Amino acid sequence: MAEPGAVERRAPGRGLSARRALGGVAWGLRAYGFIAAMWVRSTMAYRASFAMMLVANFTTTFLDFAAIMIMFSQVDALGGFALPEVAFLYGTSCVAFGLADLLLGEAERIGRRVRDGTMDILLTRPVPVLSQIAADRFALRRLGRITQGALVLGWSLTRLELEWTAGSVLLTVSMVLCGGLIFGCLFVLGGAFQFWAQDASEVQNAFTYGGTTLLQYPPTVFGKELVRGATFVVPLAFVNWLPALRVLGRDDPLGLPGWVDFAAPAVALLCCAGTALVWRAGLRSYRSTGS
Amino acid sequence: MHLLRLNLAVAASGFRRYATYRVATAAGVFTNTVFGFILAYTFIALWYERPQLGGYDQSQALTFVWIGQAMLATAALMGGGFQDEFHARVRNGDVAIDLYRPVDLQLWWFASDLGRAAFQLLGRGLVPLAVGAFAFELTLPSSPTVWLLFLCAVFLAVVVSFALRYLFALCGFWLLDATGLSALSTLLSVFFSGMLLPLTVFPGAFGEVVRRLPWAATLQVPADVLLGESGGGGLAGLGFQLAWAVVLLAAGRLLQAAATRKVVVQGG
Amino acid sequence: MTGDKKGWEAVQEDAGGSVRDTDGAFIDVRDLRKTFRVRRRSGLLRRTSSDVHAVDGISFTLRRGEMTGFIGPNGAGKSTTIKMLTGILSPSGGRLRVAGVDPARDRTRLVRRIGVVFGQRTTLWWDLPLRDSYGLVRRMYRIPRARYEENLARCVELLELGGLLDVPVRQLSLGQRMRGDITAALLHDPDVLYLDEPTIGLDVVSKARVREFLLRLNAERRTTVLLTTHDLSDIEHLCERVVVIDHGRLMYDGALAGLHEIGSGERTLVVDLERELPPIEGIEGARTVRTEGPRQWLTFPATASAAPLVSRIAADYPLVDLSLREPAIEDVIARMYAA
Repeated sequence: MAEPGAVERRAPGRGLSARRALGGVAWGLRAYGFIAAMWVRSTMAYRASFAMMLVANFTTTFLDFAAIMIMFSQVDALGGFALPEVAFLYGTSCVAFGLADLLLGEAERIGRRVRDGTMDILLTRPVPVLSQIAADRFALRRLGRITQGALVLGWSLTRLELEWTAGSVLLTVSMVLCGGLIFGCLFVLGGAFQFWAQDASEVQNAFTYGGTTLLQYPPTVFGKELVRGATFVVPLAFVNWLPALRVLGRDDPLGLPGWVDFAAPAVALLCCAGTALVWRAGLRSYRSTGS
Repeated sequence: MHLLRLNLAVAASGFRRYATYRVATAAGVFTNTVFGFILAYTFIALWYERPQLGGYDQSQALTFVWIGQAMLATAALMGGGFQDEFHARVRNGDVAIDLYRPVDLQLWWFASDLGRAAFQLLGRGLVPLAVGAFAFELTLPSSPTVWLLFLCAVFLAVVVSFALRYLFALCGFWLLDATGLSALSTLLSVFFSGMLLPLTVFPGAFGEVVRRLPWAATLQVPADVLLGESGGGGLAGLGFQLAWAVVLLAAGRLLQAAATRKVVVQGG
Repeated sequence: MTGDKKGWEAVQEDAGGSVRDTDGAFIDVRDLRKTFRVRRRSGLLRRTSSDVHAVDGISFTLRRGEMTGFIGPNGAGKSTTIKMLTGILSPSGGRLRVAGVDPARDRTRLVRRIGVVFGQRTTLWWDLPLRDSYGLVRRMYRIPRARYEENLARCVELLELGGLLDVPVRQLSLGQRMRGDITAALLHDPDVLYLDEPTIGLDVVSKARVREFLLRLNAERRTTVLLTTHDLSDIEHLCERVVVIDHGRLMYDGALAGLHEIGSGERTLVVDLERELPPIEGIEGARTVRTEGPRQWLTFPATASAAPLVSRIAADYPLVDLSLREPAIEDVIARMYAA
């Protein structure tokens, strides 16, 4: 067991702060793990209730695709994309979002925590505040969204007549993972924003839930301005639009250079760095204003 | 007279309670507007492929989107409303106190929910509709009569929505875990109200059934009244809503009586 | 406990020059300040902002093992001070050291050595049974298993939590929950325990049990305790020293007994005479403040002795009975705030 105290005690120096930061991240992840595990154990005590919530989550999140299927019962294409292609977008968007929602969805409760004073309690514990918040009430029922997204994605792969190369497989996997990171950043940013505006938790829904809905449809459906905003302002396009268009062999409506289709990992990392800064600023602001 | 004043006071307090959260209201307006835009573009693409889909032209379809965003909070189409508080009171047993109040339980909650709806129509409904009308070409009626009928339809939509949520909330007396019930209630409401897609677009026999369910009264019908697509100058729609309101409120009363018996017999 | 000891030595090494300082003053507060900027709507769109000095230059020191009451009316700056001491809030000015650690800069290191109990809200997980909550605390603070079991067993025994470990926190009564919270705050052997209104809303039995436990903890472990409360009988039972603040300033810091003298300056002599008589007069240093039938109330300076007073009255009046009243601590404090 590596005591964080042990890390801190070594001679001060430049190498220390990097190692300390890494140690902090590792400890934060581990703490996240054991808090989440506790919640899983505790919810599993009520299996019937858990099963019901899992089904409810699955079904509720599947309704979006049901609506898309109804649309395609009336038309053959939407924005020039056929059902399997839209299903591919839907599946990648849903799984990426579902991962972020599962792991970091609780961050949207920060405003409430500030209001009811429980934020103070988190600050009196030797575990990073973000780990405590994100792992709180960790709910496996959120696997419902991921499952239905994965099923739709799987179905689309059987219908898309694509020549799979190692590259496109890699691109698809990275879509889900990097997309999850980008959505995760949005959750944390939205949470951090609530340090300044406690009642504004719904603003982040526009970017998180709104974002995943946006990405379920082809970019050709939307106005150029909206697509530009979703590329350069909130980098949602990197979740699936840009890489997916490459996999599907389509041109992107903004006509960006080809390499951006592969930029998702870099964008995701940049998002993480920016989010970390905003999160720290939010926490600092809370610690100086107390509200 | 006394009863009316009391219920008006309850409604007013419901209104004020939501009115105090200015930032939350602004945040909600923002999110409704963003969703409105996303949905509007998908509808444009859909109606581009199939003009006159579901009996609407594109402009009517867009109007439907923005009415939906305006009604979302008002008729509590995606949850939110009195039921969370109600469940909490069932869980901690406070509901027994409510049953002994001199006012009727159903009427009390209805008054408070109506106050909430009134605030959310003004606070969260008007702005998204205005933004939608500014950004897209909507089909909004010029006749004040139609607007008046629409207001009646919105009122009845809130009544039906309340009556449905009240039925689900009452089930909490028998089922310990109310979260599942809430989830089910929301799920049905989102899909069958027309929130995702106008019910007129739903195909075949499925569409026929869906358009007759009570959830249709919470969004589809008010939208049709405003769009002039409801028969009899809108009166058919209002009649449909009224019928469901009566049936569901009566069912609520029956279930409430049974719940009261259960509380009295078992002490909660 | 080895882990804890390591931490303690480490702090001393790190603190370097301030080791002596931590020996003398375990908690060292110098000219501590916290200013909040408050914005108010002063019209439809206009907003004005003003500075509120919640804590306005407070200084005090606590020695290791001291048990101190921290009192003041609502809005006096108590909670703000506690929040700065626990590292939740960062000060706007002044110097603050708890066990040699600067709470604002080294919050995570500090919190391993302190325990916090908020009376108004639980630090436990609402939906989890106590046992699971404690399990989480163990992992968060990395408490060695044996040490954890020992501490838990001790708290369970002394606070009578035996039958409650498998009950979810939301089902506990207020008194049970408070005992559960105190246990959670002590599992990692903190050097300092902050208690914010620990007896609020508790019944008499729970109150007594909590007080008894705290006395024992302080005696056996030399845990430094800082207690804020509205219930002054808590202070009377537990603390030898009180720190009183109001409007963000220190009003009094010293022994509880001294608070009586400073605050009131007067004691009351209640005399029962044989029959109803006009108010007693002409006795130097005392004055009659109230009469009710044969009973009369006289006040005199707290510093003066009551004996000569009693003999003068007994000589001149038909005295039947008498009693002496110390000023109630509530009166004292109420008078301080009024001043």
